[in-house]
Amino acid sequence: MKKSYQSLEDNSTNNMKQVIYRKLTANILQLGFILLLTFSTTLNAQEGDPAKGKSIFNTNCASCHNLDRKMTGPALRHVEQRLADDHGLDREWIAAWIRNSAGVVKSGDAYGNQIFNEYSGTPMTAFPQLTDQDISDILAYTAQEAVVKKPETPENTNSEGAANGGTSNKIILWALALLFALLAFALVLVRRTLNRFAEAKGIEIPQKDKGLPLWKAFVQNQFLVLVTAIFFLLTSGYFVYGYLMQVGVDQGYQPVQPIHFSHKIHAGDNGIDCKYCHSSARVSKTSGIPSLNVCMNCHKSVVEYTGETTAEYSKEFYDGEIQKLYAAAGWSDADQKYTGQAQPVKWVRIHNLPDFAYFNHSQHVSVAGIQCQTCHGPVEEMEIMYQHAPLTMGWCINCHRDTEVKVQDNGYYEKIHEQLSKKYGVEKLTAAQMGGLECGKCHY
Amino acid sequence: MSSNKKYWKSVEELDQNSSVVETLKQNEFVQEIPTDEFLGDKASLESSSTTRRDFLKYVGFSTAAASLAACEGPVIKSIPYVVQPEEIIPGVANYYATTIADGFDFASVLVKTREGRPIKIENNTMAATNGSANARVNASVLGLYDSLRVKKPMKGDAEISWEQFDAETNQALTDAMNSGKEIVLFTQTFASPSTSRLIADFKAKYGNVRHVQYDAVSESAALDAFQAKYGERGLADYDFSKAMTIVSVGADFLGDWQGGGFDSAYAKKRIPDHGKMSRHIQFESNMSLSGANADKRVPVTPTQQKMVLAKLYAEVVGGSVSVDLPENILQAVTKTASELKSAKGKAVVVTGLNDINAQTVALEINEYLNSEAFNTASPIKTRQGSDKAVSTLVSDMKAGKVGAIIMSGVNPLYTLPNAADFAEGLKNTKVSIAFSMKADETSTNCTYIAAAPHYLESWGDVEMKKGHYALMQPTIRPLFDTRQFQDALLKWSGSDVSYHDYVKDTWNSSILNGGSFNQALHDGVFVSNVSIDVVEEATTEEDTAEAPSTNAARALASSAKAGSGLELTLYSKTGMGDGQQANNPWLQEFPDPISRVSWDNYLTVSKADADKLGLKNVHVATGALDGSYADVTVNGTTLKNVPVLIQPGQANGSVGLSFGYGRKAGLKDEMKTGVNAYQLYSDFNNIQSVTVAAAAGMHEFACVQLHNTLMGRGDIIKETTLEIFNTYDKEDHKHGWNKIPVVSLNHEETPVTSPDVDLWDEFDRSIGHHFNLSIDLNACTGCGACVIACHAENNVPVVGKEEVRRSRDMHWLRIDRYYSSEDSFEGDNEKKDNISGLGSSLSEFGEMENPSENPQVAFQPVMCQHCNHAPCETVCPVAATSHGRQGQNHMAYNRCVGTRYCANNCPYKVRRFNWFLYSQNDEFDYHMNDDLGRMVLNPDVVVRSRGVMEKCSMCIQMTQKTVLDAKRDGREVRKDEFQTACSAACSSGAMIFGDINNKESKVAHLKEDDRAYHLLEHIGTKPNVVYQTKVRNTTEA
Repeated sequence: MKKSYQSLEDNSTNNMKQVIYRKLTANILQLGFILLLTFSTTLNAQEGDPAKGKSIFNTNCASCHNLDRKMTGPALRHVEQRLADDHGLDREWIAAWIRNSAGVVKSGDAYGNQIFNEYSGTPMTAFPQLTDQDISDILAYTAQEAVVKKPETPENTNSEGAANGGTSNKIILWALALLFALLAFALVLVRRTLNRFAEAKGIEIPQKDKGLPLWKAFVQNQFLVLVTAIFFLLTSGYFVYGYLMQVGVDQGYQPVQPIHFSHKIHAGDNGIDCKYCHSSARVSKTSGIPSLNVCMNCHKSVVEYTGETTAEYSKEFYDGEIQKLYAAAGWSDADQKYTGQAQPVKWVRIHNLPDFAYFNHSQHVSVAGIQCQTCHGPVEEMEIMYQHAPLTMGWCINCHRDTEVKVQDNGYYEKIHEQLSKKYGVEKLTAAQMGGLECGKCHY
Repeated sequence: MSSNKKYWKSVEELDQNSSVVETLKQNEFVQEIPTDEFLGDKASLESSSTTRRDFLKYVGFSTAAASLAACEGPVIKSIPYVVQPEEIIPGVANYYATTIADGFDFASVLVKTREGRPIKIENNTMAATNGSANARVNASVLGLYDSLRVKKPMKGDAEISWEQFDAETNQALTDAMNSGKEIVLFTQTFASPSTSRLIADFKAKYGNVRHVQYDAVSESAALDAFQAKYGERGLADYDFSKAMTIVSVGADFLGDWQGGGFDSAYAKKRIPDHGKMSRHIQFESNMSLSGANADKRVPVTPTQQKMVLAKLYAEVVGGSVSVDLPENILQAVTKTASELKSAKGKAVVVTGLNDINAQTVALEINEYLNSEAFNTASPIKTRQGSDKAVSTLVSDMKAGKVGAIIMSGVNPLYTLPNAADFAEGLKNTKVSIAFSMKADETSTNCTYIAAAPHYLESWGDVEMKKGHYALMQPTIRPLFDTRQFQDALLKWSGSDVSYHDYVKDTWNSSILNGGSFNQALHDGVFVSNVSIDVVEEATTEEDTAEAPSTNAARALASSAKAGSGLELTLYSKTGMGDGQQANNPWLQEFPDPISRVSWDNYLTVSKADADKLGLKNVHVATGALDGSYADVTVNGTTLKNVPVLIQPGQANGSVGLSFGYGRKAGLKDEMKTGVNAYQLYSDFNNIQSVTVAAAAGMHEFACVQLHNTLMGRGDIIKETTLEIFNTYDKEDHKHGWNKIPVVSLNHEETPVTSPDVDLWDEFDRSIGHHFNLSIDLNACTGCGACVIACHAENNVPVVGKEEVRRSRDMHWLRIDRYYSSEDSFEGDNEKKDNISGLGSSLSEFGEMENPSENPQVAFQPVMCQHCNHAPCETVCPVAATSHGRQGQNHMAYNRCVGTRYCANNCPYKVRRFNWFLYSQNDEFDYHMNDDLGRMVLNPDVVVRSRGVMEKCSMCIQMTQKTVLDAKRDGREVRKDEFQTACSAACSSGAMIFGDINNKESKVAHLKEDDRAYHLLEHIGTKPNVVYQTKVRNTTEA
């Protein structure tokens, strides 16, 4: 079961990791399809192992070639078949080309020169280290049929479940309401009946002396009024204070960005290290919003989204966002080159510290080795980025009070740690003991 | 209790028939209040349906809406690069080595850039020559972001394209060439090998080309004298660190004399080392920086200066001259001569007289003395101008002999004394092109303004002195559509290489001698023993240079004839120089080191002369200084309404006036300050005979120091003489020169350092860093580079003349200047100590407020002293100012509510209050009021808002960065790695910053030095700024 699922992956054209489906029925359905495919591929390429071929392909070829799309180099699906049919070139020619394309071009080979010129004279990197078996494996991989992805339906079931839950709750509520209404009605009926009996029997119901109404009694009791007034004042004071304290605190701030960038897909699903894109966090005070050339490092080859989708965020939606990136970076996917018509992206800044507070990422990231998530929250789960922490001074200070300074293997701290720990009589120093609570450390 | 008394409000009420009384019974005011004026007319008021209640509702609603809206945070956009340059990391500064060469200031500097914006100028410590930035160079970065820069090439008032400019000027030059008329290149001194080569190329193409170099403040006489003697156009180089006896006759060599840049070498020998320091004797008229630093200063008029120099020559070298000098001066000269003779090779004589004979005499004395400080082998190249050539050019232009003139780096219509002649000449010249950053006096009168880039946007090279080269490289992409002069020359010469490649080619072919260009560019400087001779024009120079008399000294003495009136010495101010940077608010607000006046130039007059002429300086009720106006006339040219400042130390019979002010074009209204002294600069002679007449009215000065004497309080500036310093212990009972102050405890004298007399317990500061700043009063020349560096580093606002006048200047770092009231500060102390009784104290304290005729001068940089027991911290009601373990007194601006208690409780008066919002406020239209000017702000330091107190932070952003760099590298902070903006800017070594817990560091030693003392030590504030006692070398050899 697992094994066959693996082979589905083999057939998919992307190199992103896919999330394992949990729906048994879907898997069973796909199993048949996959078995069929596996069978057919075995027929096509007898000697090569497509699974191995895929891994070799991804290591060596994928940065310039895709099976179905023209990239830096041509699309390679059924390349062997095509070459054999159209140009009468055999596997030997392919092997020679892979191992030393420049040599083939130089030798005056007609097709070799044609393809060389077609791709604007960019020579293909030579791979002399690939064995015949490797090449067979790669070709086996390229000879596989493209998999037409089945539309997924997990959301439907999900929403159904939710709908079910919702309906049942509602019914119970309605039933309860009805029950109470019936009870109330019954009470009224009983009372009326009893009254009628009493009337009939001639029993006089004694009229109770009304006495003072409650509110008058309340007003007359000055002490109670005072206590209530104080209570109301305190309560409103509490709420006003609470309101004022949240002014300027933008915890949960989640603005709409010009490009729907999903940290969940990048940092979560694909496990890209935060500092791959936010590299300046290592050395600078700002973590830096990656420039578009950093995006294009990957997105030159990652042209479409192939991961899990939802009703709200469909594949088309994500692909559209990638196109927005191309437009901004001035990348023409069709021509595989930059047009020079770049349009910088105006991101909406989420984490805004006031000017009078100095914060340095490198101090926290490089020196203290704090995880990004400590302050930024579960970014790898955020489809839309939001401000996780309150970013208030109290929040900073609390952390400085609790956090122990990472002094190991840092020549800077050696002496000061030894002296300070002796002074405070502690094994490990907190940032506060190191002077991390002083005003001037952050305010200048 | 009722009363029947009637109270009359005025006699008018007695008159029963008065209509006024009747009206007043009904109305509060006799006349109708003109409500229409501010409310609109009655008809429209009545027609309005808004009732008073409605109006209040609207007001209430809008107030509520506004305050609610204020709770919403603004949406901030962040725009990353599309392609991030490899070398730029946002948030991390990059440094580039480059060179300023604006014709007046030449220096190799480092430029700090953030995200591609140059924000600060720093010293290039690798440079062997001119590696230190003075106040003007420090401020020059702001010129890049000047909002009044010319943004495109212009023809008249219309902006044109460079294509059009090229087409038209090419045609014009060709026409000029064909018409047989001359093409003139009228430029600043470039001292650039590449530019010289380029001009030679240009000459080759156009043939009849003349290149005239022009220094606004001329050093022509010195150049001519040097050329006549050594056959090369340049200026003798002086290394004052090799001189033990320095005699200056009117040369402000710590200022801008012969290009300046001598101060750091001078300061080296001013710090007593093994009981020795240099001795400096100054004969001068104006009180200059050099005179203020001198051990002995003799005020003499310019005429007497000539005689002094001639006499010195006679006494030292031999020969006889007849001079007519007062006895005391004659004595001083004789003594000086004997000191020179005994010092021999360790002595040096310099003069600032713009007189070829005087300059020759100085050269001859130095040569005779065989002075080690005197170097003629590698002359200074940064002044090349020739007065004669300029005069010839002006007359040729008037005669219509010039077909086209191309100007770069000059502003003759402002700087020429005969500007009117030049203007006429311009009219007679068919085409005039000015390469300029501004639509200034000259460029607006030219046919074309070629928008020129700032030096931080340009390529170039400079030969500072023979064999000492420096490279200029752009540190930012040009902000505007500009082109530098050299690129234009290349275009006109028909070459299509860029000036960058041209410079590279020049260097690779003739300077580097196989060295790497990239390495030279990285260092910014290159010293070569191979000297290249750029043959640009050998012939023209010869006939423009004057020749000195064969017996220069005698000629000098005989030329020294006093005129009838006063003698005016024109000088350049530390802040403004030749006036190129007049639109720079930092420099305008920079207080002159001597007079402490900002935003002005003025006629300096001695007290005696002022009394004679009826000129006054008075303090008005606010304490601010007002001065009389005077009309100053030279050869029939009258400069009207020149403000007068009474200058202690000004030689009687002489007056002084500085260049650089009185600009009228190409600058903001606020910067149009002062009067133009160039109008009096006839024959490019800085000494003129003038008549001064009092004029009506008083001028309002913006002077930052209103009290000029120390009143005998010797513990503010401790000073002693070299003799006492060498002989006695600092704690010596009678002669002790740096005693620890004592206070009375239980009627016993207890040293203030004793814990018993302390109000507070001492904290343990021995762990981690503990920052101290040491300021050596001997090495500090008062140059003010630190003031501007602090300005740039800490986003200190400029407040303008009016606010400075109200004592609301914001400088975090000020350099106090004190005059002695007696002949010396020592005398002041004695006088104070001898005061007894009320009568004597009243009269004598009054006298002590007045500086002496020829006072001793002392400079003292004062910034927040970062007291360990800070008086400000204890009085802050909101704990906005507090102490850090590292010794810094922190100021949390966001916490400050502006009570100003701290400022009141600060004994050093270093706290500055933001009376207004100084950024983005049209009332303060300086650099922080426009987008361009704000680009200079340091992103690591917050811009303070209205209502908060601020002060020196001891550059905590810099110490924090140093610490962080060390942490990130996992190493200890290196010895002397810590710096502040002021200590980094100080090239004379007066300011040393560091960690005293690192016992190896310089500052740890300085703190323990015998000369070390704290300012106002007796109040027990325990400051972290330590001063070094000033020692004067009064020993007459």
